[in-house]
Amino acid sequence: MSRVYLLAILITILFGSSCQKRPDPISNTTPPANTKPALRLVFENKVGAQALVLNTKNYINENGDTFNVSAYKYYISNISLFTENNIEYKENESYHLINESDKNSKTFTIQNLPETAYTKIKFMIGVDSSRNVSGAQSGALAPDNGMFWDWNTGYIMAKIEGFSPQASIYPNNLGIHIGGFKGQYATQRWVTLTLPVKAIINSDKASTIHIISDISEWFKTPNKIDLSTLFVVGSEGIEAKTIADNYADMFSIDHVD
Amino acid sequence: MKKQLTILSSLFLASFTGIISCKPDPSFEPKVLAPIAFNVPQGWPQPFYNFNGNNKLTREGFELGRKLFYDPRLSRDNTVSCGSCHQQFSGFAQIDHPVSHGVDDLLGPRNSPALFNLNWHTSFMWDGGINHIENQPVAPIQNPVEMDETLDNVLNKLRSDATYRSMFKAAFGDETINTQRMSWAFTQFMGMMVSADSKYDKYKRGEAGGAMTTQELAGYDVYKQKCASCHKEPLFTDFTFRNNGLAVTSVNDSGRAHITQRADDLYKFKMPSLRNLKYTWPYMHDGRFNTLDQVLNHYTTGIIQSPTLDASLTSGIALTIQEKEDLLSFLNTLNDEAFTKNPLFAEPK
Repeated sequence: MSRVYLLAILITILFGSSCQKRPDPISNTTPPANTKPALRLVFENKVGAQALVLNTKNYINENGDTFNVSAYKYYISNISLFTENNIEYKENESYHLINESDKNSKTFTIQNLPETAYTKIKFMIGVDSSRNVSGAQSGALAPDNGMFWDWNTGYIMAKIEGFSPQASIYPNNLGIHIGGFKGQYATQRWVTLTLPVKAIINSDKASTIHIISDISEWFKTPNKIDLSTLFVVGSEGIEAKTIADNYADMFSIDHVD
Repeated sequence: MKKQLTILSSLFLASFTGIISCKPDPSFEPKVLAPIAFNVPQGWPQPFYNFNGNNKLTREGFELGRKLFYDPRLSRDNTVSCGSCHQQFSGFAQIDHPVSHGVDDLLGPRNSPALFNLNWHTSFMWDGGINHIENQPVAPIQNPVEMDETLDNVLNKLRSDATYRSMFKAAFGDETINTQRMSWAFTQFMGMMVSADSKYDKYKRGEAGGAMTTQELAGYDVYKQKCASCHKEPLFTDFTFRNNGLAVTSVNDSGRAHITQRADDLYKFKMPSLRNLKYTWPYMHDGRFNTLDQVLNHYTTGIIQSPTLDASLTSGIALTIQEKEDLLSFLNTLNDEAFTKNPLFAEPK
């Protein structure tokens, strides 16, 4: 008798388990967690020598204008690393949105780089023109990240929002959205930085490269910006290009560890 | 032993019933739908967009796009759908509305454009600001005078709806709902809207119902001489931006220049198709003309000179009364009644 019950229970369990959701063929395609050490990038946003603190801290630009920052976001794309022998390794699907108010966005790893020593890093500020003309994107490039112009297709490559008493129209807000991906008004800029010490990837560990972006560069060189006249940019054109020429050199390596 | 077997079989039955009860609510179960295909009409050029990239056309994706197109929950106050201003009986324009009403009855500056043969378009909107069909749907959703909703809110509304979750799964393999998949589904629905079954089309294909009258053929000749350089066959547009000499109104819509920031693009607008004009009135980017007579009179006697006026219009277009009548007769052969009544594109029941 008990054997029969045991059998019945077994059958129930067996058939009962078929009620469980079958593994989804598509969500199942995520690769297993990469356990190999991976190179890490950490972005730190500053204004000159000062740490960037959103909303509450005031800064002064090259022109002497006071401003604060409520939002600071930029795209980093097309990252590649160079070995001592100048061999270039590119990150696959390399699109990252750095958002000052989202701590997780400021650090990420680069998978599948060969185990060796690297001396240079190269990346694009902004999103390459190809992804600006290829239809609906996802992830960092999804249009719901607040970095996409829907009425004049194209990504906002970088933006600063905030406040400046010098901004000459009430309520004195700054809304500097830099975009434009083609021709003379393109606002993507390539950045190449030589590492002060080599970044190493081996079977035990991988280095972390600490990169600084300096907001004060947006307003400094080669074009000194007067916030009383330039405080809102909302489309491609000469103003966006002027700022892009400025932010082209806003990145530097803090250290590698 | 017999009793034991009874217990065994009843338990067996119970577990079997258990399997059935584990099935999801049948109302959410994706139905097996007839396949769907996108076909390029005979004699037409290859389209710019052909579902051969990441966005693969399926019946499930198309049906999801159709549901989204007619869903007012995509607007801020759940009152305005894409279909509100793009009505099938009006060639997916909005009849009798120079400009359409958004949420809170807000009005924009431009006439709701007709939607058909969109896969051949290389840009969208009257100013061509949108460079890809997949990027089009998010613009009216977020426009403050149209649907005025945030993409975050739209996604939350869709994600909280079991029917949508099931339809996204049927279309794309899992229940993930994001703007890319939403845009792809929209594109499957709108890209499928091919209008190529007018009398003119049947005439070109030598099909039954395509016999043109003498007057229609005379009008075809007038069209070829005086209209075809811009409104090119078979789509009846060359997709360029031109200033067709309309008087600038107090709205002072700069048109293409709004996108390019170039003075030589001032007051240029995207060339509309001449197909389905019977259903898509009023005409022009701001819907200023209610009738085709008014449109033709504009070209014969109403052209306003300006620095960006199209070179082909500096002297207007000379048309005799007879030529106008013939032309109107030909334009009438470009109306595709079947398209405006095709149940495939109607609001789902």
